Amino acid sequence: MAADIVFDALRTALGPTAAAYALLAIGLNIHFGFTGLLNFGQAGFMLVGAYGVAITVSTFGGPLWLGVLVGMLAAVVLALILGVPTLRLRADYLAITTIAAAEILRLLVRSTAAEPITGGVFGLRQFGGDFFALNPLPDGRTYFGALAASPNRAWVMLVGWSLVALMTLLVWALIRSPWGRVIRSIREDEDAARSLGKNVFSYKMQSLVLGGVIGSLGGALFALSLQTVQPDTFLPQVTFFAFAILILGGTASTGGPIVGAIIFWFLIGSLQSGLRRFSDADMLPEFFGAQAVGAVTLTFVGVLLMALMIFRPQGILGDKKELQLDVS
Amino acid sequence: MSPEPSTDPLAGVAAEPGVPKPDPMLTISDVRRSFGGITAVDVDHLEIPRGLITGLIGPNGAGKTTLFNLLTGFDTPDRGKWTFAGEDLAGVPAHLVARKGMVRTFQLTKALSRMTVMENMQLAATGQSGERFLTALVAPLWRGKEQEITERADELLVRFKLDHMRDEFAGTLSGGQRKLLEMARALMVEPALVMLDEPMAGVNPALTQSLLDHVKGLRDNEGRTVVFVEHDMDVVFDISDWVVCLAQGEVIAEGRPSEIGSNRAVIDAYLGATHSEDPAHRKKRHERRAS
Repeated sequence: MAADIVFDALRTALGPTAAAYALLAIGLNIHFGFTGLLNFGQAGFMLVGAYGVAITVSTFGGPLWLGVLVGMLAAVVLALILGVPTLRLRADYLAITTIAAAEILRLLVRSTAAEPITGGVFGLRQFGGDFFALNPLPDGRTYFGALAASPNRAWVMLVGWSLVALMTLLVWALIRSPWGRVIRSIREDEDAARSLGKNVFSYKMQSLVLGGVIGSLGGALFALSLQTVQPDTFLPQVTFFAFAILILGGTASTGGPIVGAIIFWFLIGSLQSGLRRFSDADMLPEFFGAQAVGAVTLTFVGVLLMALMIFRPQGILGDKKELQLDVS
Repeated sequence: MSPEPSTDPLAGVAAEPGVPKPDPMLTISDVRRSFGGITAVDVDHLEIPRGLITGLIGPNGAGKTTLFNLLTGFDTPDRGKWTFAGEDLAGVPAHLVARKGMVRTFQLTKALSRMTVMENMQLAATGQSGERFLTALVAPLWRGKEQEITERADELLVRFKLDHMRDEFAGTLSGGQRKLLEMARALMVEPALVMLDEPMAGVNPALTQSLLDHVKGLRDNEGRTVVFVEHDMDVVFDISDWVVCLAQGEVIAEGRPSEIGSNRAVIDAYLGATHSEDPAHRKKRHERRAS
């Protein structure tokens, strides 16, 4: 049974959802890890990416590539709307605005008025046809050995993790460049950057747009892998999972989001699988019904994150030396 | 003891508030800033002479730092105009003020802690096209400039005796080293005017002399204009060519260091405590610092 649990967990850890969350965390890493922007509304960028694809394809019958593009453009617009009024203010204003904006977006797409376009509370489905038609993997067998992925799932995994690798490469190239140096200087002290002739507002805006667009790609991937979008997928907790992944992997380390996403979803996967299997085998106490699995999983994840913060506060890949410096 | 220019460029300039100078770098007219009911800065007219060191003194709350903030675009005045090298700078945002050649440091040093000393220096350089998003992705486009910047930074680090800390995080520097880094970093911008907000505050006396020499070097070796805020009168009288005294936001006196020391308004507003100090004791303190 232990082996089964490990394979279940690996399936989750390397699955499309983990890849989508890795993208969300890469976006947040640009915002929070490198620029010091507190974006608590990454779920909103994810939402516009997902609904960009869904609405373009399902509601208007457009092609897939246009849907992805619409999602990315919507993320740019969202970043501008959020950034223009708040980026000149203190960091906490952006935090409040982003969390509110993400919730407003969610309530907007689930409203009755928006139903003809967004499908309201029922969401949208059947927009993945184009994507899976591109799948070059032959049917009739499973992929990735013991992970036993169906051809469609294997295709989403390939595209998803390639996208993650590509975005990580992009971030790596940017952060080591002079552009990245300005970005990091803003995280350290934006007045110092300003006094040295850097247009802080412009760089913060570029950071917000870039991280938001990467988040929207995560949303598009998420929607395509499930082949459905529903407004209540994009609750604020999504943003906090992405933050947990970022901190777990190591804030401001380029590879942190990948490591964090895999470990985070491995933990969730193993706990869910384990509890379910124990429960099926009647090995759990009576009060521990099947419906408690979700709650208990989250509790365990919370405890593990606390342990991480106590014993390895810099995250898996983070730099301990950076953390020890007094940054006030 | 400071190497005075052979002919006094301020010869014939009267020691009175608002007096015009022969060759002003910065001209401030009617600048006013109030916070609620308190007027923090109310300067009728003030000219900062080019190529010299001007000391800005005044009691706590006199508006020295506020004036710095206004002039460098970190704060917006209620009204007022000022020109820098003949160019109107009112309403120009802080980063553009710096690019025009007027660079400031901060009273509480702003070392970028989680970046190396070298990165601190490189950041300050101007004209690096790799700071633009798309150019940043193509390393060959900015690598040449980066090398040039790094060489210049290395020279400055040697001059400021920070070369042994080159690859350490700036957060590991001592208070005095941070002041040195901030000054060296400001020079990477190649400013015509350097505004130092309390460059000696919190600095170990052993380092003070070296900092003073660096400030004099800005004037003597590089021909830069310096304005600095300082509370230590020995320092002010030692290195300034001209001293401006602010009190309650207004310029109450200006003149050569020798004239300011005996100015009644200054003594009343500011020097009271220091002035009554035993002169012999003050002299001894001064000698200790110089040795």
